[in-house]
Amino acid sequence: MGIELLITAIKITIVVNVVLISVAYSVYAERRVSAFIQNRLGPNRVGPKGLLQPFADVLKLALKEDIVPSNANKPIHTLAPMMSIFVALTTIAVVPFGNTIELFGSVIALQITDVNVGILYLLALTSLGVYGITLSGWSSNSKYSLFGGIRSSAQMISYELSMGLSVVGVVLITGSLSLQDIVIHQFGWKWNIVLQPVGFIIFLVASFAETNRAPFDLPEAEPELVGGYHTEYSSMKFALFFLAEYANMIVASAVITTLYLGGWQFPYLQTFGLPPIVTSLLQILVFCLKVAFMIFFFIWVRWSLPRFRYDQLMNLGWKVMLPLSIANIVVTAIVVSLLK
Amino acid sequence: MQWTFENIVIITFAAIALGSAVMMITRRSPVVSVLFMILNFFSVSAIYLMLRSQFVAIIQILVYAGAIMVLFLFVIMLLNLQDDKKLTENISYKKLSAVIMALLLFSSLAITAYYGFLGKHKTLNPAAETQGTIESVGRELYTTYSFPFELVSLILLAGIVGAIVLAQKKFE
Repeated sequence: MGIELLITAIKITIVVNVVLISVAYSVYAERRVSAFIQNRLGPNRVGPKGLLQPFADVLKLALKEDIVPSNANKPIHTLAPMMSIFVALTTIAVVPFGNTIELFGSVIALQITDVNVGILYLLALTSLGVYGITLSGWSSNSKYSLFGGIRSSAQMISYELSMGLSVVGVVLITGSLSLQDIVIHQFGWKWNIVLQPVGFIIFLVASFAETNRAPFDLPEAEPELVGGYHTEYSSMKFALFFLAEYANMIVASAVITTLYLGGWQFPYLQTFGLPPIVTSLLQILVFCLKVAFMIFFFIWVRWSLPRFRYDQLMNLGWKVMLPLSIANIVVTAIVVSLLK
Repeated sequence: MQWTFENIVIITFAAIALGSAVMMITRRSPVVSVLFMILNFFSVSAIYLMLRSQFVAIIQILVYAGAIMVLFLFVIMLLNLQDDKKLTENISYKKLSAVIMALLLFSSLAITAYYGFLGKHKTLNPAAETQGTIESVGRELYTTYSFPFELVSLILLAGIVGAIVLAQKKFE
């Protein structure tokens, strides 16, 4: 038991640190990519090609003065960013980033934990993400924050439904709720994006809404709401929200990759006859590349599409996505039961 | 009682659950109460997890902490109860009955705990390992309990229809 605990602790440390470093570099990637999309240069002064920019940003945020509005509810105002980052970082626990690897004579599963209710765990934690945002909006005691918080909770609750229902299609095909089983089932060409194209699109759109990313970034629509729910935050508390936003984006990319893009599977890699250690490492690399592509996709969409209006957002969520995801379940269930 | 790792974890979470429950009913601000209730749900869910009921544990968070409490929070925030005095009440028979009920609950819990730890059920029943999984819950739900299950869905449907009727009246 001791050695297993140690291995798990090491896995958690590595994964959380990789996510945090990826957060820093996706902020950099966002600024550079947006600059290239708009025909600018972007940050290129700190370090070679501006690669040290994230560290400069963190240093700047850490040295800023922490301001709490005088009428704010102080404990909750402090708690809200913590809740946001907690939810963002714990979601990664069930995402498999590889199959198994043999190191020092023991077989290690490349996943922090493989619970057999993995998908429900994901959905439960994403539904908790609302708290951080709602509470920050309310506790700041400012109308812009409150509007931002309420908007974002309404948006997240609306899109959670279609998100959960679109995953049911994947579960029906795989016959398991464990994310590792889902990835193993996507062997060869049988990626779920091929088998579940409608479900993939619904899940993708819902992920954009759940992570509050453009074109669904209404909670922080600056022309109407100043900064949205984090208007009254500064210094490291603001940094935590910023961190949570990008961590959510990275986790969403990892989840999309796992559920629909074959996870760590590279078509027929296991049949190439490579040594097991090379196969395992290649699978981790494939997973990272897929996630990186999804992160790029998130950035690409943000700088290409304009923001939705609030009524358009609600109409899309309830009148288009929800019926579509229910229809997707019905069709998938019929096809699966016919093929059995 | 054996001081195994599992028992210590369960007792820790039980203590958090009890503590947060007491905090929840004694706080003045409803928002703080809601937050303690979420903490309570979390620790109860952790206890379920230690008893190998993964499905119930996750559903506890998904349904109660994730859905119901968010709506609760919404209502409280939008009502924005500034006046604390409205929330205090001084009816003594209610307090009296509350104390009696709390004592009853505590004694029944204490008896269960006493027999659970000192009596014959020192270890977890091996059958419990499979009972808590989603497969066995689903199988039971759709075979043994299919009629009550369908009945519950009918009741929920009535609720949904009722909500739509109420909302329509408001808009017309």
